[in-house]
Amino acid sequence: MSGVDKWFGELHVLQDIDLSIDRGEVVVVIGPSGSGKSTLCRTINRLESIENGEITIDGQQLPAEGKELAKLRADVGMVFQSFNLFAHKTVLENVTLGPIKVRKQSKADAEKRARELLDRVGVGAQADKVPAQLSGGQQQRVAIARALAMDPKVMLFDEPTSALDPEMINEVLEVMVGLARDGMTMVVVTHEMGFARKAANRVVFMDGGRIVESSTPEEFFTNPSSDRAKDFLSKILNH
Amino acid sequence: MQFLIDNFPLLWDAFLTTLSLSLLAGVLALVLGTALAAFRVSPIPPLRGLSTFYVETFRNTPLTVVFFFIIFGLPQIDFSVGFFTGSVLAVGLYTAAFVCEAVRSGINAVSAGQAEASRAIGLTFGQSLREVVLPQAFRSVVPPLGNVWIAMVKNTSIAAGFAVSELTASMQRLSNANAGELVLVLVAVVVGYMLITLPSAYAISRVERRVAILR
Repeated sequence: MSGVDKWFGELHVLQDIDLSIDRGEVVVVIGPSGSGKSTLCRTINRLESIENGEITIDGQQLPAEGKELAKLRADVGMVFQSFNLFAHKTVLENVTLGPIKVRKQSKADAEKRARELLDRVGVGAQADKVPAQLSGGQQQRVAIARALAMDPKVMLFDEPTSALDPEMINEVLEVMVGLARDGMTMVVVTHEMGFARKAANRVVFMDGGRIVESSTPEEFFTNPSSDRAKDFLSKILNH
Repeated sequence: MQFLIDNFPLLWDAFLTTLSLSLLAGVLALVLGTALAAFRVSPIPPLRGLSTFYVETFRNTPLTVVFFFIIFGLPQIDFSVGFFTGSVLAVGLYTAAFVCEAVRSGINAVSAGQAEASRAIGLTFGQSLREVVLPQAFRSVVPPLGNVWIAMVKNTSIAAGFAVSELTASMQRLSNANAGELVLVLVAVVVGYMLITLPSAYAISRVERRVAILR
């Protein structure tokens, strides 16, 4: 993405953002609340529109609306803070909906693959329950399986553990670390510094709608170059 | 009692007319009203405008006037419909506006995250509405839709004024001819309406419990 600007009314939430992510790279976006990191994540599959600049995925410019955009979104997995599992469908149906309706897979193929994915994220036994019967951590892992079922080129995680009990954060992070190890291209907005250290290739620090710093995790956590990042880290790492 | 037995065939015919009028108008209202609600939330401004115009027009016109328009107004532009068909159209088109508003309130009650998640896996607007949003919206609007249905069944009585021999028309006819049996005639007609609305109310609460979703 280059030269991206976005306003919410008067508020300039993304200011001249340039960011390029390589295939297989894991980029963790951190920063204080209101810094624009979630918005940045949501612009990548155009859940938020942008006013200026351009975003390309795999050489293809992000289409404006309609079928082309839907096609592109199918290639971009997204995991939300509040899970957003389809409340009226079973866990299995949540995972198979996209493959059946968008990828036009047969129901049997989609279900076979869905069960594999649910096993992989450790919730295979819950396949026939509805989302409300699952814990938050389980729901979020189902959400990850739902995104993976589309065989995405890139996965976006918008604060995937922020709505979870501390005990459940790890089970979700482990799945994400596994994905990162397997070479998935990932953009992760999070407050989990441990994950950033462990799995990120690059840390992007945002504040006030700008990218303040972009470096490797080692460098960012041990020797941040900007005062704003130093200040932020001193506040969160001291306890 | 003998009076009722003698006139049973007439009352039964009238009941069946009210029932078929209600069912046909109900299907029309449900299908059209749902489509209007989908238009109302669509990303295409002309569709939204069209739907708003429709709803405000029909919702704010007395049903009797809608009947006049369809049964006596349409022939003026060389488009005649029979009394029964005209009544189905009048009641159905009118009720669609209320169905639209009920369904729309259900759509608004589905959290925005549900639609975002469905768009994020690549569903188009129409697919997301069909697969994710509407099924959840309908579940929460079963009670208000039930109200609309019951009100509509009773609204079919206006067809009595337009040469359709339904329950209210039979009431007028029987009570004119048998003034002494007026109360009996009234009770018979009320029972006729209740035979439709009371089982409906029961079915609605059954459906409501069946489709309730855990959140």
